[in-house]
Amino acid sequence: MPQHVRFTPRDYASPEYNDWCRGCGDYGILRALQKALADLSLPPEQVAVFGGIGCSGKTPYYLRANGIHTLHGRVLPFAAGAKLAHPALTVIAAGGDGDGLSIGAGHFVNAGRRNLDLTYLFFNNAVYGLTKGQASPTLPQGEQTRGMAAPNPQRALDPIRLALAAGYTWIGRGYAYDVDHLAHLIIRAIRHPGLAFLDIRQPCPHYDPAHDKAWYAARVKRLDDHDPCLPPGSDVSRRNALHTAIHRILDDETTLAVGVLLEDRSIAPFAEALQRLQPAWPARIPATAPIADAHGRPLARIDELLDRFTV
Amino acid sequence: MLSSVSPGSGMDGTMVNKDRCLAWRIGGPQGSGVLRMAQIFARACARGGREIYSRREYHSNITGRHSYFDVCVGSRPLFSHRESPRLLVCLDAETLARHAESVEAPGAILYADSDGDVALDALRLLDTRLRDELNRRLDTDDLPRATSGLLERAARRGIRLHPLPLRAWRARLKSEAGNRKAAQRVLNTLAVAASGRLLGLPEADLQAAVAGAFAHKPDVIDLNRAAVGLAYREFAATASPVTLPPGCDRPERLLLGGHEAVALGKLAAGLGLQTYYPISPASDESAFLEAHASVPLADGNRGGPLVLQVEDELAAVNMAAGGALTGARCATATSGPGLSLMTEGLGWAGMNEVPLVITHYQRGGPSTGMPTRTDQGDLQFVIHGGHGEFPRMVIASGDVSDAFDDALRAFDYAERYQLPVIHLLDRALTGCLQTVPRFDPSRHTIRRSKPWPGTADAGSAERFRLTGDGISPRPLPGRPGQQFWTTGVEHGIEGRVSEDPVVREQMMEKRARKLETAAREIPEREKLAVFGDPDAPLTAVTWGSTTGALREVLHDFPALRVLQLRLLWPFPDAELIERLADTDTLVVVENNYSGQLADLIAAHTGHRADHRILKYSGRPISAEALLPALQAIANGKGEARMVLRNPFE
Repeated sequence: MPQHVRFTPRDYASPEYNDWCRGCGDYGILRALQKALADLSLPPEQVAVFGGIGCSGKTPYYLRANGIHTLHGRVLPFAAGAKLAHPALTVIAAGGDGDGLSIGAGHFVNAGRRNLDLTYLFFNNAVYGLTKGQASPTLPQGEQTRGMAAPNPQRALDPIRLALAAGYTWIGRGYAYDVDHLAHLIIRAIRHPGLAFLDIRQPCPHYDPAHDKAWYAARVKRLDDHDPCLPPGSDVSRRNALHTAIHRILDDETTLAVGVLLEDRSIAPFAEALQRLQPAWPARIPATAPIADAHGRPLARIDELLDRFTV
Repeated sequence: MLSSVSPGSGMDGTMVNKDRCLAWRIGGPQGSGVLRMAQIFARACARGGREIYSRREYHSNITGRHSYFDVCVGSRPLFSHRESPRLLVCLDAETLARHAESVEAPGAILYADSDGDVALDALRLLDTRLRDELNRRLDTDDLPRATSGLLERAARRGIRLHPLPLRAWRARLKSEAGNRKAAQRVLNTLAVAASGRLLGLPEADLQAAVAGAFAHKPDVIDLNRAAVGLAYREFAATASPVTLPPGCDRPERLLLGGHEAVALGKLAAGLGLQTYYPISPASDESAFLEAHASVPLADGNRGGPLVLQVEDELAAVNMAAGGALTGARCATATSGPGLSLMTEGLGWAGMNEVPLVITHYQRGGPSTGMPTRTDQGDLQFVIHGGHGEFPRMVIASGDVSDAFDDALRAFDYAERYQLPVIHLLDRALTGCLQTVPRFDPSRHTIRRSKPWPGTADAGSAERFRLTGDGISPRPLPGRPGQQFWTTGVEHGIEGRVSEDPVVREQMMEKRARKLETAAREIPEREKLAVFGDPDAPLTAVTWGSTTGALREVLHDFPALRVLQLRLLWPFPDAELIERLADTDTLVVVENNYSGQLADLIAAHTGHRADHRILKYSGRPISAEALLPALQAIANGKGEARMVLRNPFE
């Protein structure tokens, strides 16, 4: 489809009935994502959105794009596999806080070691909604949702600090009901040529009414004086200074700063390392490259390899 | 229960293949070059037009623990190893202790003279059970509890003993110009060369194999070539009780192992992405693919797969599935616990009808089990593993040639029927070396998925459109008009969630129908292979590398029909019912405890095995051990459950 075709958010609307709860932050994220895809003029068939398991995992149902609903905790491996096999696609992973930081924590961390060109939308409401309100790994110690019999005995993980430590090269935080700003963040995350992590804070009005829109409204503040960029060639001291600044922003418990925290261009895209492993990639796209001739005979010539074993 | 063969226990009448192959064994501490030496010897023998089958045994350990390699050399193709070598090359005293009892007369033992009198108690890595057994035997014969006692027992059986002055030879190599750095490992070459000289292996063949093995290290080549020359000169006067079988003028053959054959098959198949997590013994395949990922193509370009090591088997299987969704041929390879972790992803691929290939190298289980030892204990697991009911296919290779064909075929099945395919191998097959006819991928016709028929439009594609054969046309991402949804939740034809009972039934039936289509379409020759006498009243059914022992035993036990099942799921029940209709006696041979194939046959055909011949020590079944068991069955003395045992493997 030619690039000049313009899209509207409605072009990414799916016919599926949406069964999220009224007032769920997921709606804001969905609208922001549709707006971002339209602004980027990405044809729906060129976009692959992978969902984890949980309320947020249903996001692909409600989008007209290639929608793949995967397994609990595995959204990142599925998304990475699609990007490796079809590097021309725009690949987005949408998963919840429990999906990413509990059952999928190993993938969350290890994805950071590969600066693959993916966008990871992290739906963070501190609650397991579909299983009736248990604590997610981002629920602070001592807090109690409507689904819990007692206050949370375990401490919370900070997804941004973890992403920073793991090596994500683009890190942002957004708020589900600041749709325009969130769409702007998603656009920047998709444009980033490496692995982008967007922590999206959102209310779960059903199970965690204490953290409602008013609670967020009192805290959410757009970042205005933070420069997130690490240009190519940045040295360690510059990196450390930026990380220190990010930690300072996160340490401020009176506000919830939203915006781009890190845009690290000093780390090479994973594609460069992959090309050293396989020089034919990505020019020869595994998903579309022919593997057989007109008669169905294999295109690969293994004769030289067979010669090594010849006796 | 019948213990059919214990080499060295005096059951001389049971030995097979006396004139068909020469069994050569080399043993030594892991990491000392045992594998390399066995490869060199095998290649040198194969050069003369001889055929090779070998087996490898090693501990889950990097250096120090015992490993050994059996190389069988024959004048015609071989499919099984032997448990009783004719020639034993000992690279340390522990090898002497472990294997001297297994050597069959007429035969010979070559060992360093310094290893000829070592107390068994000093061998700290010798298993207590084995030490006690050897000491008991030595006590009975009033011999010292030392390697000298075991050598004496061997000599009394007629085994020739050849203590080699390896250290003196190495000193001479050192003193010659240019060889001052003669390493410990050159002792291995000296010992192997002495065995070659003894057997009548032409020196030129061994020299060529040495040069090939060390091609990347010129200084090592010179040293080892000098070592071969020295051993052939010094050992020249020795007469041998056994000699190498003659070679034939054969067309070009390959000498390789199962994991290499699979990797070559995957490359020919057009593999686009292989993900893996390191695990024994499966990683060998991925390591080979990584080293040979760039492949020339018939169109003049180069291609080949991305091969990526990932964080765990969960990532490996799901990353491969994510890649396969896009239309690329994607696979992962694993063993033992790796597949346990992959079962959720396997179910997802079944539910979402994703063509995914999982190559599974069985090892001893459960849990960590025996990571480096063979087993066929995962058959029922790969067929039934995972929650819920979903279609999958399972194929199993019987030898190195099968491994190549099956690796190619797995992708065709996966794409044609849009489901996960598990390609089963076992440790015995991946660690072996076998001479096989050169692979010819041009004889293979690649088959791909039923393409999406629509042309470009703005609509969405029905990913799970209902069809008579259960197979939906396959939309692919990135193509106009083919945008689709898919989900591991039960779904309707558009791939979006549905819990409607009728939709559920339609989808369960549609997915099941694909297996019926596969069972109908796949030709019988791809489902099973028949060897031996088609009219024999005795039928032995088997699968996987155990097939080799049955093919081999036919030379000594010809009144036998062997059925090798290559397609295990969908189970080839119709073909088997037809073929078992007139059999008098049904024997099922497997490398597991319970007889998993025998149970499957009973469940799907109604034929209960009269005899199950089993082995679950972590070591493969040989023709040598199979023969007395089959003879007992033929004589009416076979039991329902016959376990093959060998305390010296």
